[in-house]
Amino acid sequence: MTEENAPAADERMVVAENVHKSFGRLEVLRGIDLEVRRGEVMCVVGPSGSGKSTFLRCVNHLEKINAGRLWVNGELMGYRQKGAKLYELRESEVAAQRREIGMVFQRFNLFPHMSVVGNVMEAPVQVRRTPRAEAKATALELLDRVGLADKAESYPGQLSGGQQQRVAIARALAMSPSLMLFDEPTSALDPELVGEVLDVMKDLARDGMTMVVVTHEMGFAREVGDSLVFMDGGVVVESGEPREVLTNPQHERTKAFLSKVF
Amino acid sequence: MPEPIRAIPVRYPGRWVASAFILLLSAMFVHMLITNEVFNWPFMFENMFIEPVLIGVRTTLVLTVLAMVIGVLIGIIVAVMRLSGNPVLAGVGWVYTWFFRAVPRLVLCVLFGNLGVLYSTIDLGLPFDNYWMPLLGMSGDARFLSFETRDILTAFVAALLALALSEGAYMAEIVRAGLQSVDKGQTEAAQALGMSRTKVLRRITLPQALRVIVPPTGNETTAMLKDTSLVAYVPLTTELWFQLQTVGNRVFDPFPMLVAACIWYLAITSVFMFGQYFLERSFTKGDRQAQAGLKMLQAKTGN
Repeated sequence: MTEENAPAADERMVVAENVHKSFGRLEVLRGIDLEVRRGEVMCVVGPSGSGKSTFLRCVNHLEKINAGRLWVNGELMGYRQKGAKLYELRESEVAAQRREIGMVFQRFNLFPHMSVVGNVMEAPVQVRRTPRAEAKATALELLDRVGLADKAESYPGQLSGGQQQRVAIARALAMSPSLMLFDEPTSALDPELVGEVLDVMKDLARDGMTMVVVTHEMGFAREVGDSLVFMDGGVVVESGEPREVLTNPQHERTKAFLSKVF
Repeated sequence: MPEPIRAIPVRYPGRWVASAFILLLSAMFVHMLITNEVFNWPFMFENMFIEPVLIGVRTTLVLTVLAMVIGVLIGIIVAVMRLSGNPVLAGVGWVYTWFFRAVPRLVLCVLFGNLGVLYSTIDLGLPFDNYWMPLLGMSGDARFLSFETRDILTAFVAALLALALSEGAYMAEIVRAGLQSVDKGQTEAAQALGMSRTKVLRRITLPQALRVIVPPTGNETTAMLKDTSLVAYVPLTTELWFQLQTVGNRVFDPFPMLVAACIWYLAITSVFMFGQYFLERSFTKGDRQAQAGLKMLQAKTGN
């Protein structure tokens, strides 16, 4: 595929075409093909080591892919293609692409030296050059949306894991991204805190946000997901409508995995 | 509730014996301080606060502060160079650290004091003009500004350069360890938000690394205070150690002034350490991450 027949930006948010990724001699992704439509919530499940987190990190170019092509919003991630040649993008160009993609990490990665509202304001002020007052107003609105308006002046270390993850979601939303990536957002949480984070994500999905969610929460996938992808060994084994895949898996490996999860 | 335990505590007779022994030694030491006339206490107290000595204290303090400020700035730059992906910068940073950690400060002091013999003047202009100007059929030179070396490279500047450049190498290692102690997830989160590399460093990693960098920097400051005594060999003679020694040598009674030097350095260092204690406490209070980083750093640098 060349630049001329790159996927149109209006219908498909993410297009992965034969994506390969290796760390040294370890091949983690061995040809991923998938598409995420605008407004779609895609859940990616699979055993650990299946490459699902790595794939997510490739989407916003935190990892460089070794082969294949990956488009977000019609833009080739990390590269510019002219004819048959690929040119690496400058750091500032990659940063500009990442601004449109929010990411939520398993271990929250909030900035511990900044207050909660400081965390949410940081990127708009530093990257988008939004005036501080305006950024703060937006940040407080977002914190209200994730139910943490009263924690604005607290520091991350004073919050529970679930609260920290909700702040992390607000921080990502502050850049008004068109795509949100979730890398096992509830895996580091105590069981009773999982619900509050999933609720925020459900709200987000209802508001029409395009989301790719790497998760072990099958209930969330069934209830909120528009599509479900099962990965194993660096390939997509099976994908489809979540209820269909979960209740009637076609592939042996999917059946084996699901039997252990439930 | 059952009856609380009221046991007779274990006795430690060894501690009593040791205490008695140390008390005896202390008494002997104090007795010597008082009775041995070599100490010549009146002479020492008389000369410990004369004007040249006080100027020496000032020079020592000014040198310490300036050398540390420049050293910290160099340290940050070199550390960032070494951690950058650029092999040329990383190599230059490594060579810098290697050289200035390998050469003793005393040798650096003498070396910088003698740099004037390399060039009698320092010129600003285009390089290698004496080669290419004749080739192009031009005469004269391509130099715009010229300074006498002895005007620029005064003893004070030479001393400051020797100490600051050497300190930069040590600070580079401290800053590097500090930056590496910050969780990689912090950089990733900042990058995912679309921040540039310099912005990530300035806003996210460096402020967090500071908590690990500050305590050893306090140690470095104390060490620097003591090492200013080396600049007597540049020679920069207005510093504390040289002044005290001069007083003693002048009257052929050096020992009391050596004791005076001990007392002066002890006093200033104690003030520094007091400040360091509070600085450290405020930087690591209730911060398990920083404390873990500190431990890592101590394991790395061995101090």
